[in-house]
Amino acid sequence: MATHVHRTVTTPAVRVDGLTRSFDGRAVLDDLRLDVRTGEFVALLGRSGCGKSTLLRVLAGLDREISGTVLVPRRKAVAFQAPRLMPWKKVWRNVLLGLPGKPGREVAEQALAEVGLNDRADAWPKTLSGGEAQRASLARALVREPDLLLLDEPFGALDALTRLKAQRLVGELWQHRGCAVLLVTHDVEEAVLLADRVLVMDEGVIAYETTVDLDRPRDITDPRFAELRAGLLERLGVDTSAEAA
Amino acid sequence: MTISHALPGSHKPDISTKSGPDTSESAPQSASASVFPPVSLSGDVGRALPDLELEPVVPRSTRRARVPRWVRRTSGPFLLLALWQLLSVTGALTSDVLASPGRIAQVASGLITDGSLGDAMGTSLQRVAAGLLLGTVIGTGLALVSGLFRIGEDLVDAPVQMLRTVPFVGLIPLFIIWFGIGEAPKIAIITLGVTFPLYLNVYAGIRGVDAQLIEAGESLGLSRWGLVRHVVLPGALPGAMTGLRYSLGIAWLALVFAEQINADAGIGFLMVQARDFLRTDVIVVCLVVYAFLGLLADFVVRSLERLLLQWRPTFTGR
Repeated sequence: MATHVHRTVTTPAVRVDGLTRSFDGRAVLDDLRLDVRTGEFVALLGRSGCGKSTLLRVLAGLDREISGTVLVPRRKAVAFQAPRLMPWKKVWRNVLLGLPGKPGREVAEQALAEVGLNDRADAWPKTLSGGEAQRASLARALVREPDLLLLDEPFGALDALTRLKAQRLVGELWQHRGCAVLLVTHDVEEAVLLADRVLVMDEGVIAYETTVDLDRPRDITDPRFAELRAGLLERLGVDTSAEAA
Repeated sequence: MTISHALPGSHKPDISTKSGPDTSESAPQSASASVFPPVSLSGDVGRALPDLELEPVVPRSTRRARVPRWVRRTSGPFLLLALWQLLSVTGALTSDVLASPGRIAQVASGLITDGSLGDAMGTSLQRVAAGLLLGTVIGTGLALVSGLFRIGEDLVDAPVQMLRTVPFVGLIPLFIIWFGIGEAPKIAIITLGVTFPLYLNVYAGIRGVDAQLIEAGESLGLSRWGLVRHVVLPGALPGAMTGLRYSLGIAWLALVFAEQINADAGIGFLMVQARDFLRTDVIVVCLVVYAFLGLLADFVVRSLERLLLQWRPTFTGR
């Protein structure tokens, strides 16, 4: 039901047109076009080096050597593949880092509670496990109440079990918050599991896109799920026939 | 395992014997032996699963010596002292070469009670403190300028790297000409010695801050000053502490050099005087004081590190 509400809103959360970014004369993003609706969950797939991380860094405002139109909401937040917590600040101070004004500790604790980490507020980041650190990083992004949440392979460095939990957590947080999410990933299953729309990037443009019209929570054993997954894998140049045999 | 060793002759292993009375024996060797009778096998197969000699993994706690750590750590120096005393008493070590530990203790207590050692220590400590403070301010200041700003690096780094290669002790004659023979040249020498290691380590610390963390700070909306305050400076702190340690070591070294020339007060002066009267006992007392002050300084820095770098999980040794 929550997703339904998101879809009726039509104002874009991201509008990109004619975006080009070159490294040493080689265009990594080449006249790229992308629209993300408010509250939409978009997954961005692509082979490594296809420019998907570059696109995310452009949207985050971290890469400004660009040409073209890029419109993003003022309130946006990024969670990177590595948690990138400041090791010299306790977890709760990391969560509050960079927030305007002087927010109190309870603000951080609330965000940490949302990711199930409130009991680790006083820990040093280097004492956290990989999953905990990634959740702290997520809390740090969410505390900014972003209209656009950018996730750069946030589950890539987690072990399989922790990844499943973290994926579920992100799905829940998104349904709860209703912000637009752009998830950069190389995991097709993860994309189909979480996203409203899956994009495949190739040679600097969005080469393919598909809408995932499955009910949430999604079931990976659903044949339609498998069909979508197989279609996307084929798009990415992975032959799935051997797997099916 | 046993199958790979099976000889062609035994191509019909009788499976049924597995459930036979032979297999009721618990050892696996005997089970395989019943499938492949030993007669038809080469000797190797019979030894395929030898009886392993197991040895217990001893828990660390039971191996640990009963002697407390501090006793173990202090016993070495005490043994050395005892040996020294023994050599002095037997006459192998005469007092004009090196006074005995007992004699040194006597002289030390005498120097302490008449107040001359206290005065000398006070003067020397003041010199080190002044030089250290000046050197820290200059070294850290220059490192911040060249670490944080591109233009600062271009202007500051090259000259500092050049000056760094000049041995600071070699500048003593020049400093005497410039500053006379009072306190100024002594403090200047210490300042000079302290500045460079601090500069190098703080600068390297600033430039060594993880670019990923800086980017994360940027994405969190930190301003330029916020980045410096919350990311760059805390990240450079471990380097700065290393620099401070080096600096302290050099500060004492510079003090010894500075006090050997034209001093009329301080530990160095006490030593020069003692040399003129061939008082090895006083010289050793002064050396002990230098060592003690060095240890004290090290303790201060270590406490500072423990306080400021508590976020860093460090390897503490076994």
